[in-house]
Amino acid sequence: MRSPALDGTGHDIESQSPPARPRDAYTAALLNELLAHLREQGPQLREEWARRIIEANLLTAMTREEIYAEVVSVYDQYVEALESGAFRALQAYAQNLSERIIPRGVETHEVVGIVLLLRDVLARALFTKYHGDIKKLTEILDAYEPAANRIASTVSVGFVQERERTIREQQEAIRELSTPVLQVRERLLILPIIGLIDPQRARQLMEQLLRAIRNNRARVVVIDITGVPAMDSTVANHLVQTVEASRLLGATVIVTGLSPDIAQTLVNIGVDLAKMDTVGDLQGGIEEASRLLGYRIVPITAEAQQAR
Amino acid sequence: MAWGPVLDEIRLPITAHGDIVNARQEGRRVAAEMGFSSTDVALIITSISELARNIVQYARQGELVLVINHSNPHPGLVVIARDNGPGIPDIRKAMQDGYSTSGGLGLGLPGVRRLMDEFDIASEVGKGTTVTIKKYLPEIRR
Amino acid sequence: MEVPILKQGPYLIASVQSTLSDDDFIRLRQALVEQVGKFRSRGVIVDVTPLDVMDSFATRTLRDIAFMIRLRGAQTVIVGLQPEVAFAMVQLGLSLQGVATALDLEEGLVYLDDKFKKAEEQPQDGMGPSVR
Repeated sequence: MRSPALDGTGHDIESQSPPARPRDAYTAALLNELLAHLREQGPQLREEWARRIIEANLLTAMTREEIYAEVVSVYDQYVEALESGAFRALQAYAQNLSERIIPRGVETHEVVGIVLLLRDVLARALFTKYHGDIKKLTEILDAYEPAANRIASTVSVGFVQERERTIREQQEAIRELSTPVLQVRERLLILPIIGLIDPQRARQLMEQLLRAIRNNRARVVVIDITGVPAMDSTVANHLVQTVEASRLLGATVIVTGLSPDIAQTLVNIGVDLAKMDTVGDLQGGIEEASRLLGYRIVPITAEAQQAR
Repeated sequence: MAWGPVLDEIRLPITAHGDIVNARQEGRRVAAEMGFSSTDVALIITSISELARNIVQYARQGELVLVINHSNPHPGLVVIARDNGPGIPDIRKAMQDGYSTSGGLGLGLPGVRRLMDEFDIASEVGKGTTVTIKKYLPEIRR
Repeated sequence: MEVPILKQGPYLIASVQSTLSDDDFIRLRQALVEQVGKFRSRGVIVDVTPLDVMDSFATRTLRDIAFMIRLRGAQTVIVGLQPEVAFAMVQLGLSLQGVATALDLEEGLVYLDDKFKKAEEQPQDGMGPSVR
């Protein structure tokens, strides 16, 4: 049970988008006249628009047929938005359109370009029709322009937002791929951390480790911080949280390479070091981990002797 | 006149326990559509769940408003939880970390603050409470 | 919506759905306690794989379940917590302390089997050192 999303001309929370002026009867009548004209002239105007798009070398990633097809949909949406004054449907359409054309390599300037061209084509059509009556022309333009600008902006902004969303997705995927978590043995992961980490990186490492635990079905994780000179309390907290979260996924964490400095930081934030599984160095940590997993470490010479 | 949609909002009435699940689902839908990572989505809907639960438990009814903020330089999601309930007499106490090892206690507000990027609370005894939280979309590295 | 509970040998396995409401949770708690008693189960696995949120209420209820099951002499394991959910939980300050957790159903069963194997290897009369 939820109330329908408000349309674009409606509500404002932080005074960033003041509400549209309500339409009076006269303006409404003008708009109706305008819309009737746009609908009647539809086929020719769409033709003209498509021609100008191709002329301006926009949407080069698409074929002529594809351009015409999109031109028809966008034109209809445009006229719809002009008529209803509601931009929700247009927004949804813009997002849908963007989702389709971004993978095709269409750029922002192209989308802005084609929307402005449509605006021009329609404005010229109005000039052509009303050139004999300057007063009427001015009034019609008064009614047309705000809505037309709003539409241009809605479509362009929608495209940019969709593009940014795609970029974020890609950057997230790259981050996931570049995980420094190593699988050393079945069920055993090692996360060597080197250098100074800021809270953001600490968070990223935690996310990556948890995913790696799930994907590799790890039972033991060795986090080696030999290469970490110091940690502030925020990052230390993340370390503690990582240990706790790993346990929730069924994995035990062994921390190795804990310097006296960092040990002190942990104690300062209230960590009971006796409860944390720590080992002096990475080697020792791996041995401890192997023991936990049920492996026995046997020196090679002993094995070789047994083989004889 | 505004040139484009900078804000978009969804109002969710909260009156019964079933609305908590609904609020989480709406939150998940919106956050995912906005392009938040799966981890951030989890943080957002966990916060939504806590705030919605507070409304049901303490105020009986209220609303959750999801505001999609696309404006630069910091686009993100704002969640406003408001009710006309009894209000919180001692906000500072409510914001103290009263967690023992036995899990979440009280209003869970300090926890929600940790999960989000921004947290604000206004409350008046007898009038009601409004909690506003924000999560920003990660910056795009160019 | 009722949570299905399956009996697998000495264990009970409950698989929750993502749309679990507060009431469903409470009902699950009751059902598990009843069935542990009825079947004399030794272990309970609660699979929360589809859950996308573990808030304070869910955490509290799972702890209650583990506690009440233990009163009936059985062991509870929570399995299937997703990385994102675990992340949010620890940031919120919820850590399910004192409740056993495992990665998934398979690991949960291994955990329970191990636990009961260890228990069986301990001499019951308490005399002499345990062999391990």
